[in-house]
Amino acid sequence: MAAEYTLSQLPNRSRRTIIALGLEGSANKLGVGIVRHTLQTPLDQHQNADNTRVANTVPIQVLAEAISRQQVEVLANIRHTYITPPGQGFLPKDTAVHHRQHILPLISQALAEAQVTPADIDAICFTKGPGMGGPLVSVAMVARTLALLWNRPLVGVNHCIGHIEMGRQITGATNPVVLYVSGGNTQVIAYAQNRYRIFGEALDIAVGNCLDRFARIINLPNDPSPGYNIEQYAKRGKQLIELPYTVKGMDVSFSGILSYIQTIAKVRFGSPDRATIAGCNFVEELPTDLTPEDLCFSLQETVFAMLVEITERAMAHIGSQEVLVVGGVGCNLRLQEMMGEMARQRQAKVFATDERFCIDNGIMIAHAGALAYQTGFTTPLKDSTVTQRFRTDDVTPLAVPTSNQVRRGSTKKHVTKPYRGGSSNDHIVAKLRKLSATKRDLVVAVSK
Amino acid sequence: MQLIQQGAEAKVYALTFYGKEAIAKERFPKTYRHPVLDKKLTARRVIQEARCLYRCQQAGIDTPALYYIDSNRNIIYMERIQGCTVKQYLLNQTDDKAACDGIAEKIGTTLATLHALDIIHGDLTTSNLYIRESTNSLVLIDFGLSFISNLVEDKAVDLYVLERAFLSTHPNSQALFDKIIQVYLKRSTTGKQVYARLEDVRLRGRKKSMVG
Repeated sequence: MAAEYTLSQLPNRSRRTIIALGLEGSANKLGVGIVRHTLQTPLDQHQNADNTRVANTVPIQVLAEAISRQQVEVLANIRHTYITPPGQGFLPKDTAVHHRQHILPLISQALAEAQVTPADIDAICFTKGPGMGGPLVSVAMVARTLALLWNRPLVGVNHCIGHIEMGRQITGATNPVVLYVSGGNTQVIAYAQNRYRIFGEALDIAVGNCLDRFARIINLPNDPSPGYNIEQYAKRGKQLIELPYTVKGMDVSFSGILSYIQTIAKVRFGSPDRATIAGCNFVEELPTDLTPEDLCFSLQETVFAMLVEITERAMAHIGSQEVLVVGGVGCNLRLQEMMGEMARQRQAKVFATDERFCIDNGIMIAHAGALAYQTGFTTPLKDSTVTQRFRTDDVTPLAVPTSNQVRRGSTKKHVTKPYRGGSSNDHIVAKLRKLSATKRDLVVAVSK
Repeated sequence: MQLIQQGAEAKVYALTFYGKEAIAKERFPKTYRHPVLDKKLTARRVIQEARCLYRCQQAGIDTPALYYIDSNRNIIYMERIQGCTVKQYLLNQTDDKAACDGIAEKIGTTLATLHALDIIHGDLTTSNLYIRESTNSLVLIDFGLSFISNLVEDKAVDLYVLERAFLSTHPNSQALFDKIIQVYLKRSTTGKQVYARLEDVRLRGRKKSMVG
């Protein structure tokens, strides 16, 4: 890898400040964020040690150093969540409809809140994946259209990297073991050899998915989120029942726990089907006064203990003394408390954020996208597809190679099938015309 | 007793046990866990660990010799291995192909024997593999997550855990891991089924970038 960047490869080299718009909609949260990055020393004023200046190049360390010490301001960070009735999850199609309905007002509101105009925006960042196809497509379509209307580059962002970078930025953690826990992801991540590497993960369903689905069985509301309501129920739980505890090295598995506790809930509090009744003998041996609160309590205690255990194992394996919790489940205070206890016993430090940055949001996409953009990375229109599967370890952060060839190679590893889904976006295009400051021909965007 | 390491599971102390170099592995209470859950898990793991160590020893797999178990305080006393971890060894010898092949041969053979006994190690990483200084043989340590199972699935996951540990700790070590698998296939009677399942597990591990 080349150790130097030529300045012409970097955007806005004369400017110290960039402003990025971030659009996130990989699941049921639609987020719009605007971030401002301000370099403390402009890159083109960089001096070599002997006080001579090579006009055209910046060593990669200098760039990295400048970026790591820059000022980051959140100008706007707003979110609209698609909330389904109790007992129901969110389907991709309906979620996409929700996003299409709300994204334009949300963008307008964000611009107003940030007090910027489209002309101030340097880059438009969107979630490339992972996530649900339909919702991803509807948001990417808007990103693409804005990029053409405003004549600004696109930056496709890996959702998981967004979480990690935002978490690091907010908490100031330098090189932590990251526990990323949400409705779709459960990963223990650490940075090694120029990449965020996955040390452990869920072998089947994500922890948030396990919690959400259990919430559905006992009919907890999805407002503000199923996980939040489980947390409140768990606070009132008194009895701990034994659930399967499945840790395999640094990996975990939740599907067995889910079906076990679902059986209990159905037999005790619901209407069990025949298959459930057939395998439910064990339920009789449980205390008769078991409440849904007790189940929530037991579920949380068990799955969080598993998560903390694999995080601790990764820390011991790597020799790290910092842990950062990100993702929607990461704002659960019980999980944060347990993580804190673990850290205390190891003399380590725990970093966590609140719901503004834990739960999916636009600002993390803007921030991670802006970081990539500052190193010269953009996503050409023809590559601005989305993908439902996009591994965290397929991204090489802050190491954009200087030749295009290498750059292509670095992303080749993950085979992304562009997702082409869904329904017409015509009405959005029509509205976008109104929103836009400059009226340009939209044919290209629509045909994409 | 001198604390030499605090792993994820336990504190490890160095001491002499009736004149022999030994370690005491103490599973101290994890305050983050609910006390009931913690007690159950800890007691179960101490017993499992001792049982698996004993089984391995009987079958001739090089493991630390078991000295004494204090089940009230959850301490296992065992032999202190003189040598270095495979992790350290590989980090020092990345260029020496013959040395790497030799180590792969040993790991593959040991794992095949282990799985033939239906012992699943549960936490195979390069820090849990030692090379004994005196005999140069491969020593398996830390049976804290081990259990007995004859399921192909469990054996495949065991290998998968090792593969992940390998690739995350030693980037560019895929060839080495492939070599381990080759040896494993040669030495194990159920190797083929386990390998087929390993490929399934890999897909499973890779797909859940977002399913919910």
